[in-house]
Amino acid sequence: MDAEEIRKVVLAELKRIAPELEEVQPAKPLRDQVDLDSMDWLNFLVALHERLKVEIPEADYRKLGTLEQVVAYLSAKAR
Amino acid sequence: MIEFKLPSLGADMDEGKLLEWKVKPGDRVKRGDLVAVVETPKAAVDVEIWQDGVVHELVTQPGTTIPVGTVMARLLGLGETAPAAAPPPAAAPAPVAAPAAAPSRHPVSPAARKHARELGVDVESLPGSGPHGAVTVEDVEKAAKGRKPAPEAAPAPAPATAPAPAAAPAADKTLAMRKAIAAAMSRSKREIPHYYLSQTIPMQRAMDWLTAYNAKRPVTERLLMGALQLKAVALALKDFPDFNGFWMDNAFQPAQGIHIGVAISLRQGGLIAPAIHDVAELALDELMKALADLVRRARAGSLRSSEMSDPTITVTNLGDQGVDEVFAIIYPPQVAIVGFGRVAPRPWAEDGMIGAVPAVVASLAADHRVSDGHRGARFLAAIAARLQEPETL
Repeated sequence: MDAEEIRKVVLAELKRIAPELEEVQPAKPLRDQVDLDSMDWLNFLVALHERLKVEIPEADYRKLGTLEQVVAYLSAKAR
Repeated sequence: MIEFKLPSLGADMDEGKLLEWKVKPGDRVKRGDLVAVVETPKAAVDVEIWQDGVVHELVTQPGTTIPVGTVMARLLGLGETAPAAAPPPAAAPAPVAAPAAAPSRHPVSPAARKHARELGVDVESLPGSGPHGAVTVEDVEKAAKGRKPAPEAAPAPAPATAPAPAAAPAADKTLAMRKAIAAAMSRSKREIPHYYLSQTIPMQRAMDWLTAYNAKRPVTERLLMGALQLKAVALALKDFPDFNGFWMDNAFQPAQGIHIGVAISLRQGGLIAPAIHDVAELALDELMKALADLVRRARAGSLRSSEMSDPTITVTNLGDQGVDEVFAIIYPPQVAIVGFGRVAPRPWAEDGMIGAVPAVVASLAADHRVSDGHRGARFLAAIAARLQEPETL
């Protein structure tokens, strides 16, 4: 799966959690933009884990600040 | 004859609108079965029944708004026969009637439910594309237009019964929720003499424990700090029952179980605080599952009546929004609410040295008619002590 497909999956999962979501600024902090609380965040990661079959250790959460970073991280892992 | 009455689903509810019956005359029901869907100002709620029996008569028609306490249906107790004067059940009771409870059904948003009624779509048979398989307005529209007919899920014909009752439009629902919150919070501030206390709790041990716990587990089994906080409150309440119960008829009535109402904000605005039952008895992983499930269903509009009516205290956590401390308002007739701010590094003095440690401010708003500041302070200290021993939670 290439980065563009991963990006689509990430956005689709974000939209499931936040149906009102319209646009995501790729380089801005994700959780503030989408108003994700800890439970939303966990659900988001669970969904990505299940769809992309990647493990996301809690220690890596800090690498997942923006949409760009999430896509880059998952692309590297899914390879 | 058992009378099934519309239960109160919270202090802010004095009436409800029956959206649909999940049972019909002749059906056997048992304690805990879902028998009806009732719209309250805050949510469409699956109403449970608290006795075993056989449905004899459905008194309330779907679409009707009725006050709390109104008899909605009559049931025959097990072994009881219908009184001679009453008409016999319309049809022979189906021996293998579908169970009233349908735990596997998808959550359905109230808006989708309403739309489905208007369009005559059987919402229960639709596959959901929303969060957690929730049936959305779009799914309903697709089904109605037959644009995307799923192989075995063709739109069901409109129910042959009476005109379809419509749930309120979204804008009205938001307004109704604001009115309900206004009523409950105004009553609280008018009637309850609140006192407020807070305590800064060092969280290094809890954080270390949680990090180690989560490091060993896949994302599907991880815990949130919120689960530890809920458990700590529940265990502390065992020693401080005067914060767990209700102020009713000018007296404190302690509650039997520790059912913590969890304040959950809704994306469309407003909030709801349904209960997790018997929190002190749940292991942390069970509590986490219950919490995740409750949040999911609260946001999908699929809560059960016991969750709405049973909270004995409320916990609210606004740490994710970055606040330091919560000054909460008690949800009547409860007598206390515990708030948590964010866990963040704070200066902390120990052994004459100042260092930075992760800490959280826990706050308590309690009813001064029931308890005093001294007791409240000890209750908060008990919560703090529990959080210093995360392995015992």
